[in-house]
Amino acid sequence: MAKKLPKVDVVIVGVGWGGGIIASELTKQGLTVVGLERGKERKTEDYFMVHDELRYALRYELMQDLSKETITFRSKMNVRALPMRSYGSFLLGTGLGGAGVHWNGQTFRFLPYDFEIRSKTIERYGAKKIPEGMTIQDWGITYDQLEPYFDKFEKMAGIAGEENPLGGKRSSPYPIPPMRTTPSMQLFADAAKKKNLHPYILPSANLSQAYTNPDGVARAACQYCGFCERFGCEYGAKADPVVTVIPVAKKTGKFEIRTHSHVRRILHTGNKATGVLYTDVTTGEEFEQPADIVVMTSYVFNNTRILLMSKLGKPYDPATGKGVIGKNYAYQVMRGGAVGFFDDREFNNYAGAGSLGMCLDDYNGDNFDHSDLKFIHGANISVTQTGYRPIGTNKVPPGTPSWGKEFKAASIKYTNRFISVGAQGASMPFRQHFLDLDPTYKDAFGDPLIRITYDFVDQDRELAAFCADKCAEIVKEMGANEKLEINRKLGPYDITPYQSTHNTGGVIMGASPDTSAVNNYLQMWDAENVFVVGASSFAHNSGYNPTGTMGALSYRAAEGILKYRKSGGGMLV
Amino acid sequence: MAEANNTNERPVSRRNFLKNSGLVLGGLVVGGVAGSLLRRPETPAQPAAPPPATDYNQALMFFTPEQFKVVDAACERIFPEDELGPGAKALGAAYFIDHQLAGDWGFNAREYMQAPFYPGEITQGYQGRLKRREIFDIGIQEMNNYSNSTHGKRFYELPPEQQDAVLKAFETDEVKLTTISASTFFNLLRASTIEGVYADPLYGGNKNMDGWKMKNFPGNQMTYTQLIDKPEFVKMAPLSLRDHQH
Ligand SMILES: Cc1cc2nc3c(=O)[nH]c(=O)nc-3n(C[C@H](O)[C@H](O)[C@H](O)COP(=O)(O)OP(=O)(O)OC[C@H]3O[C@@H](n4cnc5c(N)ncnc54)[C@H](O)[C@@H]3O)c2cc1C
Ligand code: SF4
Repeated sequence: MAKKLPKVDVVIVGVGWGGGIIASELTKQGLTVVGLERGKERKTEDYFMVHDELRYALRYELMQDLSKETITFRSKMNVRALPMRSYGSFLLGTGLGGAGVHWNGQTFRFLPYDFEIRSKTIERYGAKKIPEGMTIQDWGITYDQLEPYFDKFEKMAGIAGEENPLGGKRSSPYPIPPMRTTPSMQLFADAAKKKNLHPYILPSANLSQAYTNPDGVARAACQYCGFCERFGCEYGAKADPVVTVIPVAKKTGKFEIRTHSHVRRILHTGNKATGVLYTDVTTGEEFEQPADIVVMTSYVFNNTRILLMSKLGKPYDPATGKGVIGKNYAYQVMRGGAVGFFDDREFNNYAGAGSLGMCLDDYNGDNFDHSDLKFIHGANISVTQTGYRPIGTNKVPPGTPSWGKEFKAASIKYTNRFISVGAQGASMPFRQHFLDLDPTYKDAFGDPLIRITYDFVDQDRELAAFCADKCAEIVKEMGANEKLEINRKLGPYDITPYQSTHNTGGVIMGASPDTSAVNNYLQMWDAENVFVVGASSFAHNSGYNPTGTMGALSYRAAEGILKYRKSGGGMLV
Repeated sequence: MAEANNTNERPVSRRNFLKNSGLVLGGLVVGGVAGSLLRRPETPAQPAAPPPATDYNQALMFFTPEQFKVVDAACERIFPEDELGPGAKALGAAYFIDHQLAGDWGFNAREYMQAPFYPGEITQGYQGRLKRREIFDIGIQEMNNYSNSTHGKRFYELPPEQQDAVLKAFETDEVKLTTISASTFFNLLRASTIEGVYADPLYGGNKNMDGWKMKNFPGNQMTYTQLIDKPEFVKMAPLSLRDHQH
């Protein structure tokens, strides 16, 4: 029998960006909040030995322990799903701060087009543009409605940037000036301008200068140390929940964090949650934490999995297209890109920061005409300088063997003589792509793993080829030698190479309970005191990193929770 | 090509760097710089010790001496000594692999190894029940078997060209094995050789940071603000994690 604890106002499941933002906003307004986090405590002092490529980048020191829990994957419904036994395609966060500790900090706003993608696509190209099975829908919110929350997230995190010439309207400039411009960024900008494109410095959550945010949190400037993505920042210069929102919540005295607390179920009677059931993983003891409001912030996979295991909301059925929990799983198309090799100059490729880069949106969203193209949406195209480390980076010109004398010579020669121009391709949802509970494989508690059914489709292949050509044109213009590596061909989706940790969907937002799981405050249509926060709410994935948009939606959800609390219940929309 | 100015100076320790660079902020700090560690008393600078005559790290934790010889020879073919500098052998890559196999990584400790095991599609990733240390046991044995049957000698007794031919046969799955695929083993061997060449020397490979020096990789530096937007390439003497251990 689970031990029943005293009731609190709000219980939060998972303390990463989503959980941290919700906690800070609610505790500032006087609510008592308990945050349950399955992983351990984290602090800046942990990172004194962090510049260790093997331990952090290749052995995944900061990521979820897959021996306890993973996902299963199949390309389509008539294939047997099998567990992701070791890491590849994406890396799951755990511990205080979640993946926010080891992210890069590239902080974009999705485009106005994204939030009304269905209406705008039909308006410009007609309904025929949307192929059979593509389940894009409007998000139930517009960019303009979401703008104040983007602004809030950016000011909290201290985003360094310059205005995107092709982005949505901003109510105020970025709080701090952009990151510095490296030679490769300058080459990219010059090449892009020659082609009449609109380059801008990538918006960054690595601080370009010391910054004090509206909550009074002061942080130091980024040192361009080159150990950022997959690492924690020993300077606190990378915005992460542990150095921003979590201390603010803690300072109120209203936020209690319980680490090593693995949540297994949302408890509910009828359509109202009463609390959550969790296990203290250090003792094996079970607890019931009653609460007036339950907030799910356990990332895309566990937000969906815990709802399904708790039998809350209607599970998605791909046969009928009905039901919502697990619907519209989407990912990203990272393949279309080009690598240029430079014989006559060297770059300081070892230096860099997670969100140091130059990019453009001329081929993103609906910023270009798709009339004659066999895909919709597009990609942000960029050159980034995140710090190339020696184990992970051994770029050689096409045709070079992958080991032996020739490999050694080429990998050493080109380590500081290559530039990669990449495209972060949008990912559209399809009826046959979804999340559900695996019938066979279990986690360490005997609960079913989440199962992904997903593959790349023609839309993705067309998009990748298009982007690869654009990237190749730019890198050629930048002065690369003849031997380019151009990644035009997108094979089937493969779980083994790292692509991005930009998984989306499963508990999507929208205007109607028939087609979405949560409203535009991320309040569940089927359980008014449950809020499900994260990129799980994205109805599709854009050609950008997700956290800027996910952070904005978290602020929106926090406002909704406070409203809900004040009004004493009911649906907010 | 500019030489960095820090080659002759004492390496900057993390704690000193934080202290001297103004990164420590006033009372406002809620999150941020690792303040508590900064307040610890300084240890006085140690005079540089002469390099030890014996590397006590170079002993075996997992391989038998016979297995070690095979791996050591194979690593050297994957990353050979040449005019650019040392190969995997001199860098200690095989010791690195030995030490890695003895720990978590060799046991696939943080990976999902629950049954049932089914062969999957390539896109579903590794689905075998064997752990890395078992894959190495089998792969090494098979390399010797194949060397014996094709050339009449053990792998490490073959001349370099024949060793390359054996490795190629594994890489391309020309060798047919029953429990694992030859290329699975080869890819593992290749990847861990590269790790042994370039991981921080604390793990037993990349001896004297010579792997990094060949690549002009500066290792573990505190900051690159001084060069991040400069047009010229900056070469500097590398620092290892050991340089921060005081
Ligand atoms: C290497 C890497 C680089 C990235 N770079 C970028 C980037 O540049 N830009 C960008 O926008 N995004 C980036 N991302 C993505 C970004 O990190 C995520 O979008 C963001 O951190 C998600 O926040 P979250 O709070 O939704 O989830 P998470 O950060 O995953 O937090 C969820 C938390 O819930 C906990 N949890 C899960 N299940 C349970 C349970 N059952 N019980 C209790 N607790 C639980 C987890 O331990 C975790 O701490 C990157 C991700 C990775 C891995
Ligand atoms: S690159 Fe900057 S933000 Fe990233 S870890 Fe290093 S100092 Fe921190």
